Amino acid sequence: MSNMLEVADLGHTYGDYEAIGGLTFTVRAGELVCVVGPSGCGKSTLLRTISGLIAPSRGDVSLNGSHLAVVFQDYSRSLFPWLSVQGNVEFPLRSLPRAERRARAAEALEWVGLGAAAKKRPWQLSGGMQQRVAIARALAYRPALLLMDEPFASVDAQTRFELEDLLLRVRREHDTTVLVVTHDIDESVYLGDRILVLSGSPAKLVADLEVPLPAERDQVTTRTDEAFVALRSKVARLLNVGGKPTMDVDKWAAAERESLSETVSS
Amino acid sequence: MFGELVTQLTSPAFISHVVATVLAVLIAIAIAIAIAVPSGLVLGSVPAVRQATRAVIEFLRPIPSVALIPLALVMLGFGPETKITLAVYAALWPILFNTIYALDELDPLLVETSRVFGTGRVGVLFRVALPSALPFVLTGIRLAATTALIVMVSVELMAGSQIGLGYFIMEARSGPGRMDQVLVGTVVAGAIGVLLNNGLERVRRRWVAW
Amino acid sequence: MNKFLQRWTVFAGLVVVWQLLGMFAEDPFFPPPSDIVTAAWEWWVLEPRNVTEHILPSIGRLLSGWAIASVIGVALGLLLGRSDRAMEYAGPLLVFLRSIPPPALVPVFLLLFKTGTPMQLATIIFGVIWPVLLNSVDGARSVDVTKVDTSAVFQIPRYQWVLGVVLPAASPKIFAGLRVSLSLSLVLMVISELVGTDNGIGSQLIQAQREFDYTRMWAGIVLLGVLGYGLNTVLLAVERRALAWQPRSRDEQHA
Repeated sequence: MSNMLEVADLGHTYGDYEAIGGLTFTVRAGELVCVVGPSGCGKSTLLRTISGLIAPSRGDVSLNGSHLAVVFQDYSRSLFPWLSVQGNVEFPLRSLPRAERRARAAEALEWVGLGAAAKKRPWQLSGGMQQRVAIARALAYRPALLLMDEPFASVDAQTRFELEDLLLRVRREHDTTVLVVTHDIDESVYLGDRILVLSGSPAKLVADLEVPLPAERDQVTTRTDEAFVALRSKVARLLNVGGKPTMDVDKWAAAERESLSETVSS
Repeated sequence: MFGELVTQLTSPAFISHVVATVLAVLIAIAIAIAIAVPSGLVLGSVPAVRQATRAVIEFLRPIPSVALIPLALVMLGFGPETKITLAVYAALWPILFNTIYALDELDPLLVETSRVFGTGRVGVLFRVALPSALPFVLTGIRLAATTALIVMVSVELMAGSQIGLGYFIMEARSGPGRMDQVLVGTVVAGAIGVLLNNGLERVRRRWVAW
Repeated sequence: MNKFLQRWTVFAGLVVVWQLLGMFAEDPFFPPPSDIVTAAWEWWVLEPRNVTEHILPSIGRLLSGWAIASVIGVALGLLLGRSDRAMEYAGPLLVFLRSIPPPALVPVFLLLFKTGTPMQLATIIFGVIWPVLLNSVDGARSVDVTKVDTSAVFQIPRYQWVLGVVLPAASPKIFAGLRVSLSLSLVLMVISELVGTDNGIGSQLIQAQREFDYTRMWAGIVLLGVLGYGLNTVLLAVERRALAWQPRSRDEQHA
């Protein structure tokens, strides 16, 4: 099987702060790989270097294809409110003739089950549906690699399960190569064919694990499967090396915000 | 031109022109605040009054203050009353609309909370509405100051005065046709604009620290 | 219908009071509205030459000055807003130029261009470009990071980036600037005509004043009010259409 993405000794430093410290891994064609790591460990820096948004300080990223697509966590900002749902999906296809653009957008919207919403504005849809528009837009672009940055972190639990299953179905049907960055251990095990576990800053590769689960997965049975539970525990232990608690930056920030708002209102 | 700038800045006559203009602008702003903020509070908190006066306001607002120059000249003469009145007229609108807008933006939860604690309608207006409207009102005042300066200088230009920066500029042009003096007057007018704008912005930042 | 009544009763009431007061007081400075309407009728309807020689050229100068300033302002504003480097150089200069009261430049332009349309256009353009320019800069800067990233990832062509992302993202702010500059161009049109020429609404105002014809003066003032109101209404309608994509809650604010 050919490699779709090859990352060799990738490192990035902001000033004195080292965000990524030499990562090497590959993603094979048709594979779904999850990158999991604690919050603030440099995952988004990794995503930004792979997608070419920033040039890494050292190392190489090579993609077996001309372009990749990204689905961002913040769907409400990544979609363009002045374009219709269809316009958003057509957004990356400007270089194509109009008819082909239309056809591709319609097709991609069908894949994510939003064929009927083509004429609506994104903000008229629920959060989960907006993220499906973003996925359709990425798929319509026919990328060599689909990058997803915490794609389901901003929707409620029910919608999250639906979107996870949608992603699994779509990528199986269209043989898409996907790299999902997440901080959610359960999600990484449920979605992935392989899991790359990163340690805290600077991000280093701790483990590269195959997921011993069948391709067909189900929210209820898979999550209670012994192999699922075992792998989840393993990843959790890896993320918590030597019992040293890694600081959860998000929770810490939220707690601080709360204490701040208390002082203001009192 | 820089030589001329230095000459003028040390000449008492020029300084008195500048002082006359700045003083008139400040008086105009003070009067405009005294009229516009209370009116804005009433219009912003009593929908019936606002609805009823809407047509009148929408008709008055677009009348450019400079169109009133001829009228004000014949009624008020060539003294400072004319230019101050016209500057007040122009400065009213930004303050009025920002005050109304601020009350529209007022968080209903804030009002309800204070009502629950037994604050009366007037109490709410002064203790809740006015403080939370203050940033908007100050922005309105800043905009009004620039507008007042513009109107002031233009009225002085139209010979609505015997003293002031605008008068100085016009004299320099129509008399000896001194381009350097015209430019000096213009640049100084611009500098006053910058000072007014930055000064009021600083006031806003200091007062509205929350 | 009820709302309509509510809205216009006070207005109509004031006009009636003015009419009565004007008829009884016979103050030459405050002619009753009926006289003003009659004067307007005689001045502009019975003599269409006044419309073609004064009103239309005024509106033409106003609109062309505003349009030129808008095009330059938006183009330059988007450019500066997306380039930190350019803004660093131009920022302080912009702040200074903006704060020069435009009427103070009338004499400068008078010396540069002599009287006539070029001087008037220059005054209007220089005076009204700032709200558009500064709002465009602001708007162009407000394109959020995720949209910038999204556009970069999809490798869209440059024209699509400018016209399809930056311009629409900045458009609410641009329209706010356009509205301010439209009412400002009315002011500057009058100012430049009070000094600069012998045609146009402004010069007719001054003419009426010199002839002590206060009724005509009032007719001119009312005409300028109506003109400002009309222009603003048209621009608001255009804005509402152009920004129809904005989430609904804003529409409720307008209502």
